Amino acid sequence: MMGYEATLAFVLLVSLTFYALMGGADFGAGVWHLLARGSSRRDQHRLIGDALGPIWEVNHVWLILIVTILFTAFPKAYVQISITLHIPLTLLVIGIVLRGSAFAFRHYDVKDDEIHVRWDQLFAISSLISPLLLGVIIGAMTVGHFPVNSESFFQGYVSPWIQTFPLILGIFTLSLFAYLAATYLLLETNNAQLQEIFRKRAIIAGLVVGFLEEAVLILGKSGAPQLWGELQYSLWGACLQLGVGGFAIAAVWFLLTRRYWWARTCAILQVTMTIWAWGIAQFPYLVPPDLTVFNAAAPEITLQFITAALFLGALLLFPSLFYLFRIFKGGQKAQHE
Amino acid sequence: MSNLLAARSLMAMALGFHIIFAIVGMAMPLLMVLAEWRWLRTKEEVYLIIAKRWAKGTAIFFAIGAVTGTVLSFQLGLLWPRFMEWAGPIIGPAFAIEGFAFFTEAIFLGIYLYGWQKVSPRAHLAAGGVVVISGIVSGVVVVMANGWMNTPTGFTLLNGLPSNIDPIAALLNPSGLLQAPHMILAAFAAAGFAVAGIHAFLLLRQQGNVFHQAAFTIALTVGCVSAILQPLSGDFLAKRVADFQPLKLAVFEGQVHTEKGAPFRIGGIWNSEQEAFDYVLEIPYALSLMLHLDPQGEVQGLKDFAKENWPPIGIVRTAFQIMVLIGLIMMSLALWAAWLAFKKRNVFESKTFLKAMVLATPLGFIATEAGWVATEVGRQPWVIVGYLKTAEAVTPMPGVIIPFIFFAGLYTFLTCIVIWLMWRHVLASPTQLDMMRNVKEAKQA
Repeated sequence: MMGYEATLAFVLLVSLTFYALMGGADFGAGVWHLLARGSSRRDQHRLIGDALGPIWEVNHVWLILIVTILFTAFPKAYVQISITLHIPLTLLVIGIVLRGSAFAFRHYDVKDDEIHVRWDQLFAISSLISPLLLGVIIGAMTVGHFPVNSESFFQGYVSPWIQTFPLILGIFTLSLFAYLAATYLLLETNNAQLQEIFRKRAIIAGLVVGFLEEAVLILGKSGAPQLWGELQYSLWGACLQLGVGGFAIAAVWFLLTRRYWWARTCAILQVTMTIWAWGIAQFPYLVPPDLTVFNAAAPEITLQFITAALFLGALLLFPSLFYLFRIFKGGQKAQHE
Repeated sequence: MSNLLAARSLMAMALGFHIIFAIVGMAMPLLMVLAEWRWLRTKEEVYLIIAKRWAKGTAIFFAIGAVTGTVLSFQLGLLWPRFMEWAGPIIGPAFAIEGFAFFTEAIFLGIYLYGWQKVSPRAHLAAGGVVVISGIVSGVVVVMANGWMNTPTGFTLLNGLPSNIDPIAALLNPSGLLQAPHMILAAFAAAGFAVAGIHAFLLLRQQGNVFHQAAFTIALTVGCVSAILQPLSGDFLAKRVADFQPLKLAVFEGQVHTEKGAPFRIGGIWNSEQEAFDYVLEIPYALSLMLHLDPQGEVQGLKDFAKENWPPIGIVRTAFQIMVLIGLIMMSLALWAAWLAFKKRNVFESKTFLKAMVLATPLGFIATEAGWVATEVGRQPWVIVGYLKTAEAVTPMPGVIIPFIFFAGLYTFLTCIVIWLMWRHVLASPTQLDMMRNVKEAKQA
């Protein structure tokens, strides 16, 4: 039986996975919105708008849940992260505000005119901000060693995240989200031309993801030795890495052979295992070497209460989510001529 | 600007901005569900058009409310880390409940906005109903967590740190229990009056337009019921403040010295040198009567309390007075509407009443902001009353003025865009001719 601390750490990891698979993919779709070219440009934009419309608000709530669990169950870590990573966290929420507002302005307006092109542009560009910063923040938490009583502003609030490892993790996160989005969009349309476009993009993104994943690992050797050590010198680390690699190759193979449902499934598993490899290697640290899920935890009663609340909430959430996705993602695909 | 002042200004601005979108996002779903329900009952196409129109406006407000709410969940830690370290384990579970309410709200709003053709009419209406309920639940829980900052319960202090935590007792704190209904009523009154005001404006321009008549009636009904209940809820809350935060109440009511048979004071400017209010109009015994149901009841004055714990008196008192005044105006308008409905059997024929409603369009929002200022600035210098001062909770990071300036620009930009979009919304509303065409098309289809 896991203790409450470990259970809640696990819930955090699961929530982060859902956020990446759902909310992350919405940001990734913004990347393809920005890169849309050619004669079908408008159709690509419409496909992305239609795919996101009913679900993007829900997908975003996962992030709020993560923040809530963090400040309730691990307040000391939430506080330290909020102080040291003030700047990237602020940039992250600015990206979230701009992206969401632009999408709402574009899609819930009564008229349809020229200004919508501007909202589209804002939506696409601001979609890049948040994934980058999310990766940077997670990267900085992986590197850890937050300064206490720092002497200068730079040392205290800039250098913990302006480092090679967090920055490369930011770029990796963005590519991962774009890759997911491409494999999802394939299955959102029956239009062969659009499918072909997103198939090519998914393959390229898949290769970029594979390349960056290796870069992250290699840079982790010096940048995040704790993560590197766990992944390189343990049996489960080797297994997870093998799994990630296997699913990555399988996803590209299914894309090449146009079996999209299988490609998407492999991409989902690849991303899930990537996040879990990070999570298990990071455990029990929230920020190494000082903050763990044990020493940053709230009193036992709070942990019990929030665990119960999460359990009851999940009973409400998952049937509702299932209903939503069955309505909009289950049945007939929209026609995009 | 000191770092503390910058942090406070940023937080106040972020909350003051979010609150408008949050209350509209909470109240509008009820209006659209009522319109849709009327459509299902009467089969009159006009109600369906209203529901669809309102849904679009709601979607914009909901989306901005959601993203600015996300900003707040981060800013709590970014600006007030020591507060969150203290309060997170105690009121955090409330936010977990809010999180799931918000999940539910977002899921069913997605179904409502995009599911017109995908689910049955009944399921669609039910989805709207779930949005209404979950919106109210998340509003209630958030306000109750805020109430805890005013009347902290559910823990004991041990060596300067909270222990023996009881999250349920914290959630059910005395202030929060009465602040929550006050806020919910404020949301429905403000949104109801604002929507009614817009349709009244259009009715004055296009007399007899059935679209605006129907929309005006629904919005007015919701606004008026709330506006009549609101002073009652405010009265309960004031008595609670008198019991638990007598200093705050003394500032609200301009009570400088403790006295029996205290008068109710109207107006007045705080003179900080003399520590008295100038130019006050007094209604004898009224305050004692209101608070204690006894004309000789004793009301504590602010001089009973250490001066270092006084909130900024001028701001709090002025905000409180604005809120009460507007509350009374809105209640009077609501009673007028009730009289018209009772006597004339319709509420849109009196041009004077329509004009009054147009003028009242922004009142609910102003009152809500004023009430929020009264309760939040009235809590100063504490962030958790009696336990933690705001100045002790602020982030050690210098230069908070920079995000403050940035967010001020961003929120100004968003405000302008939303006002402009709403203006387009209003201009694009159907004329009488459009309505007849619509109905005809609907019948042919």
